[in-house]
Amino acid sequence: MKLIVAIKQVPIRDSQLRVDASGRWIQEADLSFEINEPDAYALEEALRLKEKHGGEVVALCAGPARAAQTIREALAKGADRAIHIEEENLDALDTLGVAKLLAGAVKPESPDLILTGLQSDDLGYGQTGVVLAELLGIPHSTIIMQVKVLKSKIRVKRELEDGWFQHIEMPLPAVLTIQSGINKLRYATLMGIKKAKTKEIKRLTLAELGAAAAATATIEKVYLPQKSKQTQILEGDAKAAAAKLVEKLKFEVRVL
Amino acid sequence: MSVLVILEQQGGKWHRMSWETLAAGQQFASAMGQPVEAAVAGHSVGALAAEAASKKVAKVYAIEHELLKDYTADAYTAAIEALIRKINPALVLFPHTYQVRDFAPKLATRFSQVLVSDVISVRMEAGSPVFVRLLFQGKLNGDVRVSGPSPHFASLQAGAWRADQLESGSSAVETFTPSLDASRIRQKPEAPFRESARAVDLTAAEIIVSVGRGIKEKENISVVAELANALGAELAASRPICDAGWLPMERQVGSSGQTVAPKVYLAVGISGAIQHLVGMKGAKTIVAINKDANAPIFEVADYGIVGDLFEVVPALVAEVKKVKG
Repeated sequence: MKLIVAIKQVPIRDSQLRVDASGRWIQEADLSFEINEPDAYALEEALRLKEKHGGEVVALCAGPARAAQTIREALAKGADRAIHIEEENLDALDTLGVAKLLAGAVKPESPDLILTGLQSDDLGYGQTGVVLAELLGIPHSTIIMQVKVLKSKIRVKRELEDGWFQHIEMPLPAVLTIQSGINKLRYATLMGIKKAKTKEIKRLTLAELGAAAAATATIEKVYLPQKSKQTQILEGDAKAAAAKLVEKLKFEVRVL
Repeated sequence: MSVLVILEQQGGKWHRMSWETLAAGQQFASAMGQPVEAAVAGHSVGALAAEAASKKVAKVYAIEHELLKDYTADAYTAAIEALIRKINPALVLFPHTYQVRDFAPKLATRFSQVLVSDVISVRMEAGSPVFVRLLFQGKLNGDVRVSGPSPHFASLQAGAWRADQLESGSSAVETFTPSLDASRIRQKPEAPFRESARAVDLTAAEIIVSVGRGIKEKENISVVAELANALGAELAASRPICDAGWLPMERQVGSSGQTVAPKVYLAVGISGAIQHLVGMKGAKTIVAINKDANAPIFEVADYGIVGDLFEVVPALVAEVKKVKG
């Protein structure tokens, strides 16, 4: 089967973020980037499905030139080839604009199944996969914890709230958004890293995809959140801070 | 034009977030100078719609069809799309539930719009809303404005508005029967299930010690377990810890795990991603121990210790033992 995995490159999890001069985004110059975590699980799931059913895994990524690093890592883990929609100013687009680009790149590939993470760790809109399915006119399901391929359809386990789950069947082709923790992530092997260098990365531009819809949802300003509570920071070395906390728990919170 | 609030039910029971979303809808509508309407979709939802009509709303739509009995993204999108095309609201509000995450982005796409998801507050500027939402797992906030022809779409975060501010009233129910075609509903859902009976009920615990990514390795869980022991607390975790199998899933706190409100919640090495915060922000007292002073967990914490948990936690165990004797 032919699998496409849509991945995104985001700042690494422990990044110290600063608002940039425009006040509308963060300073990216001194940040390091990595694959969006739920997308790493989507990639892993695609690799496992290929190992089980045969076929091909294509990594698809919309992002600036720096995203090439994340794409190469996906190839090193086992993706067969990649498509990079290379654009420095993707932030001028909203979810719908980005999904249109992805749909434009996916269509000529006619995949059986498209996987992506359930949300991104940066914007966190959690809807690119769903919008992509709608644009392609194919069914979808979200927050998926298990994928079984049955001939021309799939049976998936969808996570509901409060520890509930549900199985859903749908015909292929389809889009699934994958929940973190669905599988155990693999590391790239030395051989994989070596092989990745010879794998194809097809570059597409916005002009080639012909999608330039103006964003309807725009971020006007980013800023540090206001605290909803006044936090008392307990100072001192570990022992002193611990002693202060125990005093608070005993005399103010009264649980000791 | 109106503000349309989509209420959520399953098997004839309300989703708890429906009322807080309706309360928000009443407030937005009043600020925008528009009436608020509500809708609930399903099969035999007349009684639920009547209950919603006892709130201060201009009208309640019962979106009624046997193909809406079990939720599917395809049927719900088509049904709610049909209602929206009929009544043409300015703004459509949803509770940010797992179900809404599954279909509302698809619905918004049909109107060439983007769902502004997981909104935590709203500011009205000249009668039109500016939505505030979290970015970077809660490290930053972003103000989002929506343009283009209405309707616009937004989903509201759990607990961001209060159901007890809902105003009562009396209005009429109108039954709306969309035309749905079974052959166009591609998802075939089965009955929801739970993996196993929950052996651990975290909701009953007075004190919870919860551990996150900061613990680094499975072998280190014992460090935090010892603190839980000393305090007589239940041990819990954020999602990544349970995903990795370091603690069982039944000890997970957050949107996909348990929602808890203990007297004291000690978050150890937990950064405070929103999926975790919604599960514990109701705790009476929150204590955060984290090496990153900018971690979002400190935004909800009453007491904080900025430091290395591998130094702080053992020191805390020693102090607790001293006090408890």
